Amino acid sequence: MLNAPLRKPHSNPMLARLGLAAAVVLLTVLPATAQTPEKKGRTIAEEVDRRDLGWGDSATTLEMILRNSQGETSIRELRFQSLEVNGNGLGDKSLTIFDRPRDVEGTAFLSHTKITEADDQWLYLPALKRVKRISSANKSGPFMGSEFAYEDLLSPEVEKYTYRWLRDEPCGDVQCFVIARFPVYENSGYSRQEIWIDTSEYRIMKIDFYDRKESLLKTLVNSGYRQYLDKYWRALTLEMVNHQTGKSTTLNFADYKFQVGANENDFTPDRLKRVR
Amino acid sequence: MTPTTKRHTGRLAAALLLLSSAAPTAAGELSWSAEISGEVRAFPNRPAFPRQQGDALVPSVSVEPEVVTEWNDRRDRFTFVPFARLDAGDDARSHVDVREANWLHLEDNWDTVVGIAKVYWGVTESRHLVNIINQTDQVEDVDEEDKLGQPMVNGNVTTDWGTFGLFILPGFRERTFADVEARLGGPLPIDDSHATYESAAEARHVDFAARWRKTIGDWDVGLSQFIGTSREPRLIPTVRAGETVLVPHYEQIDQTGLDVQLTAGATLWKFEAITRGGQGDRFAAAVGGLEHTLYGVFESNADIGLLAEYLFDGRDNDRAPPTSADDDFFLATRLTLNDAQDTALLAGVIVDRDTQTTLFSIEAERRLGDSWKMEMEARLFLNVASEDPISAVRNDDVITLRLTRYF
Repeated sequence: MLNAPLRKPHSNPMLARLGLAAAVVLLTVLPATAQTPEKKGRTIAEEVDRRDLGWGDSATTLEMILRNSQGETSIRELRFQSLEVNGNGLGDKSLTIFDRPRDVEGTAFLSHTKITEADDQWLYLPALKRVKRISSANKSGPFMGSEFAYEDLLSPEVEKYTYRWLRDEPCGDVQCFVIARFPVYENSGYSRQEIWIDTSEYRIMKIDFYDRKESLLKTLVNSGYRQYLDKYWRALTLEMVNHQTGKSTTLNFADYKFQVGANENDFTPDRLKRVR
Repeated sequence: MTPTTKRHTGRLAAALLLLSSAAPTAAGELSWSAEISGEVRAFPNRPAFPRQQGDALVPSVSVEPEVVTEWNDRRDRFTFVPFARLDAGDDARSHVDVREANWLHLEDNWDTVVGIAKVYWGVTESRHLVNIINQTDQVEDVDEEDKLGQPMVNGNVTTDWGTFGLFILPGFRERTFADVEARLGGPLPIDDSHATYESAAEARHVDFAARWRKTIGDWDVGLSQFIGTSREPRLIPTVRAGETVLVPHYEQIDQTGLDVQLTAGATLWKFEAITRGGQGDRFAAAVGGLEHTLYGVFESNADIGLLAEYLFDGRDNDRAPPTSADDDFFLATRLTLNDAQDTALLAGVIVDRDTQTTLFSIEAERRLGDSWKMEMEARLFLNVASEDPISAVRNDDVITLRLTRYF
């Protein structure tokens, strides 16, 4: 519980909201130079979120390449659909369908993200035709044996973290904000993450993940950014390296399709058993 | 399968094929996949009955292809899944079935299924009381999780009040039983070619079912009603040509089911209950318990699940199909390594509180490479009381090793 002081004010949503209101009042009264690193970090995270509002729904396919420390690989193929949900303490909904390896073909995973409460998750097992509500407490567990934890793949709602701006520095060809974010949701495997966000388009370029003992655990590098609908940026390659085990996982996304006409009805546990 | 059901399902499948080929928009390409399994069942004990063959190792192969086509912007889908098994030691286990041959139509908040399909209801792990639509393919495994395809016309609509489903079920499927000369076959032959029915319509009786399901916060709740031919038969000793045989008798029943799961952090609380009329006095049965998962144990990626359930069944074993699960405890552990091979193991016992009759079960699996899977299953019957229904298989402990190739 290394970040207890940071976590505490947000454990009560009412207090958090009051804090936010106070922050808004303060920001309007005080000159911008008085902005604390915490405020600045959060403002950057809010801008990342704001620039990604209104995409509606999206669908893509991806290939997941798992590499062990000997360099041996195994490959998974998935389809990923998501639906933007805003407000009321609710976050985005997502549906993951497994195509490869063949023995898990047709297995599907449905997630309803929530801001402060536990997410709702269901798994569909095609051999039995069984839809199983599963625990979402397993935030830090590996997704399909990869170096991505469930929490790395879920919708990064602003309120799921507290923030601190660290510095600005060049990253690759662009200039980046470097901010730290601290998970406030339960069961995270991380004490903090350090995120590089480019200052012009507010895209996440890189994340360092620190485990609960504050040691560097993993690094995620996002690349191959493409812009959709003249507005929304998506990285088509995600490379996650585990520094402690030497294993790595690459996600190669195919082209995203946006606003394909998906709606709430496509993201229900009843519809999960019809997914193909 | 009786000749009548065979004809019936055959006609249905033909109608479906016609329907799908007559679809207005050109059907998309056929996509197909298949799994082929080879297995060896090991029976470490000598058979209990003189007619049973005593081979310690019995090989078997099975194949299950799947052909799917979609059209109308993926709002219509035809699925065909036949199944066949060839078993060296059990003529009855060598069998074929149509697991699925159905047309699915999807709309925004409703869908329909016409044809042979499989439906699963329920939440508990040790017994599936509520799950009544499909007949058990008992020759496959004793865990009652393998099912025969069921002909149906089904419609489901999702509203703010939950999802409502209606099922019309023509064409009854009889339970499959191991041959008397095979292991797990019991002391007397089961004469399933002369099954009897309470209904004069016999296997042509049209059954009905309805289901309501809703997620309410952390609760997932289902209610179901079934009216029709019992999936569980009573086995009536009958003398036929000077020999005593067991003739399956299928009553007309009505069954109301409730299934509830509360998802509370890492603990899933599960409960299923039924009440059934039509087999002696109306009786109730229930299974309830929990599954708690410890994530990332021993500084690893592995999860350990702890499962505990209590099973109760109030039926009169003389007037209803007998059950072993009248007053039993289920304790199990599930180990999931979360490795690249998805290695998993489930080990558990079901123990009768009165007689200490124990069913010990292990299921382990691991993927090999990209398209192979290895499985091990063990079912051991320990300390079996002579009056327990499972005493017929008391010497038939079985360990199965299975290798499956996926295409």
